Amino acid sequence: MRTLKTAFLATLASATLLITRLANAADVAIPVTPPAEPPINWHAVVMFTIFVAITLVITYWAAKRTKTATDFYAAGRGITGLQNGMAIAGDYMSAASFLGIAALVYMNGFYGLIFSVGWLVGWPIILFLIAERLRNLGKYTYADVASFRLQQGPVRTMAAIGSLIVVIWYLIGQAVGAGQLLHTLVPQISYRQSIVIVGTLIIIYVTFGGMKATTWVQIIKAGLLLGGATLMAIGVMAHEGFSFEKLFSDAVAIHPKHMDIMKSVVPIGAKANPIESISLGLTLMFGTAGLPHILMRFFTVTDAKAARKSVLYGTCFIGYFYILTFIIGFGAIVLVANNPEYVTDVTKSILALKGGGSMPAVYLSHALGGDLFLGFIAAVAFATILAVVSGLTLAGASALSHDIYANVIKKGKSTEAEEVWVSKLCVVGLGILAVLLGIAFEKQNVAYIVALTFSIAACANFPILVLSVFWRGLTTRGAVLGGYTGIFGSIGLLIIGPTVWTKVLGNGPAIFPYDFPTFVVLPAVLIVAYIASVTDHSESGKKERAAFPAQEVRSETGLGAEAAATH
Amino acid sequence: MSELSVSKIQNNPKYHDLVKRRDSLAWILSAIVCVMYFGFILMIAFTPDFLTQSISSDSVIPVGMPIGVGVILVSCILTGVYVRRANSTFDPLTDEIIQESLK
Repeated sequence: MRTLKTAFLATLASATLLITRLANAADVAIPVTPPAEPPINWHAVVMFTIFVAITLVITYWAAKRTKTATDFYAAGRGITGLQNGMAIAGDYMSAASFLGIAALVYMNGFYGLIFSVGWLVGWPIILFLIAERLRNLGKYTYADVASFRLQQGPVRTMAAIGSLIVVIWYLIGQAVGAGQLLHTLVPQISYRQSIVIVGTLIIIYVTFGGMKATTWVQIIKAGLLLGGATLMAIGVMAHEGFSFEKLFSDAVAIHPKHMDIMKSVVPIGAKANPIESISLGLTLMFGTAGLPHILMRFFTVTDAKAARKSVLYGTCFIGYFYILTFIIGFGAIVLVANNPEYVTDVTKSILALKGGGSMPAVYLSHALGGDLFLGFIAAVAFATILAVVSGLTLAGASALSHDIYANVIKKGKSTEAEEVWVSKLCVVGLGILAVLLGIAFEKQNVAYIVALTFSIAACANFPILVLSVFWRGLTTRGAVLGGYTGIFGSIGLLIIGPTVWTKVLGNGPAIFPYDFPTFVVLPAVLIVAYIASVTDHSESGKKERAAFPAQEVRSETGLGAEAAATH
Repeated sequence: MSELSVSKIQNNPKYHDLVKRRDSLAWILSAIVCVMYFGFILMIAFTPDFLTQSISSDSVIPVGMPIGVGVILVSCILTGVYVRRANSTFDPLTDEIIQESLK
């Protein structure tokens, strides 16, 4: 216990040292501010500082109320349905979906809608099949549920590996996004410093405030993001006389591809590919239902009824938001493209923006409301990254501490306090890892990261979770072999696929010709899990099948489910 | 959770009724969402011309746009349908089953 505490403090101290050093190293790398440098966007800086100040006060408040493991991992299970619905939206609506969908629409028009739809339709499936049963069966992580009646060691290890790969890659994407965004908006802060700021803040939120602080950061951010996106969409529609017909015909007139932006169902310029479209569809839908940081949110509510309600609220917020991002993307074509203030060189391309491909939504806010609104939206985008990264870090830390440390290494014999200290240690470790990887990936193409994380979530986490809850016949052998097929199958096919093999590694034509491997790997996982389970004639396999009825009673009625904390 | 209440619940016909009704609703609604969404995806994959034709001769809006937005809206409505049914039917039934198992 004592050693753990000392280890935690030592890591925290070395983290502080490392982080200051990284930030200072960046300072040295920056030349003395030349007079030509653009002025600081004070609106963005002030609003962002206010957000950080509020979230730090909340973290202080949450830290005083975080005493037990249940407080730390699951906010004492005291979150209401509406609060969790907002937090789900705040956890899920990442900067990638806000800036990313708007940017996809800005470049490709109609094609962006496929992502809006695909990222939403996983939610009804989560509600119908997963949310209530997860709350009834689990404690802190989805591995609790997958391993409920199976062997703890192998199943939890597999589930934790699946979670960690998703979490770490998702973290890289968010860290790189944060670095680029903050550096573009406030050039005085370097890319490295931006990432260090994000790393420091999330370590503070999560180690001190646990799930309570994380939840409230997500709730506030969801409110800001929904409000900001609503204002932007209203601004666009007001500019277009509240006519969709005018918005779309103006966009067609301005966009260099004209009617193609309404006619293309693939990225403009790409060849139509039915199998790729289907695989993308599968990945988006089932990937959502297998994201560990999303599944973890269902353990924070009081009971299955609240879990259910929270998905209804969450789905409505997210659906509304995705419709807004679509309007925002088209608004950016009308108001941002061809504007020399935002475009690098109008004579070459009227679409290429200063600061890179993810900027359309940010510049649209400037076109609509000047520096003040730009500052607000930039602060909201940054808050978004902080909220998502906090949720991810906590999910990753709980996979390491609750699954690997407490249940695999210590076989359930560690105390709650030890587990929480290990978890905090892991938060610091993951925070540092995110900073280092964010810096390492600065110049990399990070576009494949979404494909990677959603593919593993869709192929490993989701099918094993659903099979363990609904299929009596699943045994440890089936779950483990199926799960690893999903993890290594997705990674392998992604590596030999076009994004990594051709674009990142530059190895020429890809061996596996599709960006999204889900259409091959998901059926393979189901087949492997089925065959490995039905051919499992071991004694333990028989016991696992015999334990299904009792699991089903708890899963369906909530009898025996983890109760909400009473304090 | 005592083994006694588990076996009591398993022998209670109301429990099997609950599981059957809730699971069939859950799978039917899931199937509707999948058919709707994969219908949209299959149209994108195999009949893109249908989705990209304009909704009327004087409009630039493609047919796929209201369909896509429709998939989002129907998804939200179906989650509402499930929550309503669960609150009004399944929760009272679950409470009854648990009460009877504790007697």
